[in-house]
Amino acid sequence: MSDNLKENSGGLEVSTSGADGYVSLSARRQSSGKLADAVFKGVSYAFALSVILLMALVFIVLVKESWLSIKAFGFSFVYTSVWDPVAQEFGALPSIYGTIVSSIIAIVIAVPISLGIAIFLTEMAPKRLKGPIGTAIELLASIPSIIYGMWGLFVFAPFLSEYVEPFLIDYFGFLPLFTGAPLGIGMLPAGFILAIMIIPFISSVSRDIFQMVPSILKESGYGVGATKWEVIWKIVLPYTRSGVIGAVILGLGRALGETMAVTFLIGNAQEIKLSLLDPATSISATLANEFTEAVEDLYLSSLVELGLILFVITFVVLALAKLLIARFSYKGGNL
Amino acid sequence: MKDKFTIKNLNFWYGDKHALKGINLSMKEREVTALIGPSGCGKTTFLRCMNRMHDLYPGNRYEGEILLDGKNLLEKGLDLIKLRSRVGMVFQKPTPFPMSMYDNIAFGLKLMGVKSKSELTSRVEKALKDSALWEEIKDRLHEPALSLSGGQQQRLCIARAVAVEPDVILMDEPCSALDPVATAKIEDLITDLKQNYTVVIVTHNMQQAARVSQYTGFFMLGEVIEFDTTEKIFTAPANKLTEDYITGRFG
Repeated sequence: MSDNLKENSGGLEVSTSGADGYVSLSARRQSSGKLADAVFKGVSYAFALSVILLMALVFIVLVKESWLSIKAFGFSFVYTSVWDPVAQEFGALPSIYGTIVSSIIAIVIAVPISLGIAIFLTEMAPKRLKGPIGTAIELLASIPSIIYGMWGLFVFAPFLSEYVEPFLIDYFGFLPLFTGAPLGIGMLPAGFILAIMIIPFISSVSRDIFQMVPSILKESGYGVGATKWEVIWKIVLPYTRSGVIGAVILGLGRALGETMAVTFLIGNAQEIKLSLLDPATSISATLANEFTEAVEDLYLSSLVELGLILFVITFVVLALAKLLIARFSYKGGNL
Repeated sequence: MKDKFTIKNLNFWYGDKHALKGINLSMKEREVTALIGPSGCGKTTFLRCMNRMHDLYPGNRYEGEILLDGKNLLEKGLDLIKLRSRVGMVFQKPTPFPMSMYDNIAFGLKLMGVKSKSELTSRVEKALKDSALWEEIKDRLHEPALSLSGGQQQRLCIARAVAVEPDVILMDEPCSALDPVATAKIEDLITDLKQNYTVVIVTHNMQQAARVSQYTGFFMLGEVIEFDTTEKIFTAPANKLTEDYITGRFG
């Protein structure tokens, strides 16, 4: 028994022994614990730093690989809209425009629906519905995007071109946004599919946030004679706004970078059209479509630069979100 | 003094749990009634019956009668929104809404349909004066309520409850999160409020009950063991259990 202990203490001198013959407990641990702590700290430190390192490496590689294109086109790459692989002329504007517009459409559609779902689940749903609906939402979030894309192309696009888009053209055709042919693929369908894809994210995160509102805060609202609507609109939402903004940004981040479903539905046309019914493209759709066929160096380099731009857009959006959240939480505070 | 609240044979269930058993008592108008008892005895549950806060959650059930000025609050189809604006509530922790101090008070007023700016302003001022907070915050009414200290936040919550001119103010351990100085201010305030309002306060602090209330009810295991004037309860309790509790032998 005591041999065993000596072995376990790793050759350290065992100084004290207790009255009952055992080596005292304090003598048994000490430095081995210290060493383990130091190693643990070092390792986790390294893991944490590796995140920043990875970020930096991705950025560096993107810049390096797109250098050819940056040199060739300079800043005009961002604002020209010619995309002609044959003539070796590349401008990213249609892709950037498509990425941003389809994401905005997605956010505009998804945010109210998601908040509605989250509010229903936290404030109104009877217990027996909460579980199933919550689980269904989480399942939706885990469906691979290629499946959304296929479903979008084979089911959703025909539905849009047969019912929704003719309706929009008939009744809102006076707006330049809804002109053209009801193809079922284009900017609007891409926005729709993105909305469907980010609704599960935004609603499940905002549900978790709404659940954190202290019940006595809501009760105080009811206590001065507020209705459910007034409590939700004037107390729950203001109280949670920074978190809800965070949830929306999370959805926006996903929408900006989403590839497969958008590639299936956006139509892949390197043009900027005002009408949302017309085919368009996005950064990730262009990349997915053209990466394999880009044989010339400048072509490939231009595609990498598109990736760099997407990287920067996402970074800026997230940074803005952090700023917004910091400002709001200062105003709102915590209970 | 006439009875404000009369409770007749009130029973209450959380799902299957029988939390209040045959409560009978009445509360005088414009007096402070304290509810004391060990944790889990049902005093907060009882308080929350009086503005039917339990109705916010499914599975709760009442039986019996709670009469407010002779009208039964447990009647079917009672307008709970109206009830809660007549019976205000203050909670264990300060619950300022995430908005300015002014908007916190104006919140209830706007719900009641006060629209004119000047009326809002004068009512907010009156509520703050009634809650002894006006002098401290009059220069920064439009700052966020969360910038106030805990004690001030709680007085703001009292002002918010008072602003809508309720008949009754329910207080659920209003000082449990506050330091002794802030507690003393709230206690003074409760004594002032009594001139205009009926106050029912749940407290764990027996000295507090003795200081602020005129009537005291002692609860145990979901039943009222004894209800009488505060003086009687604290000097000559009729029930052995009450005596043991107030002398600190259990609880």
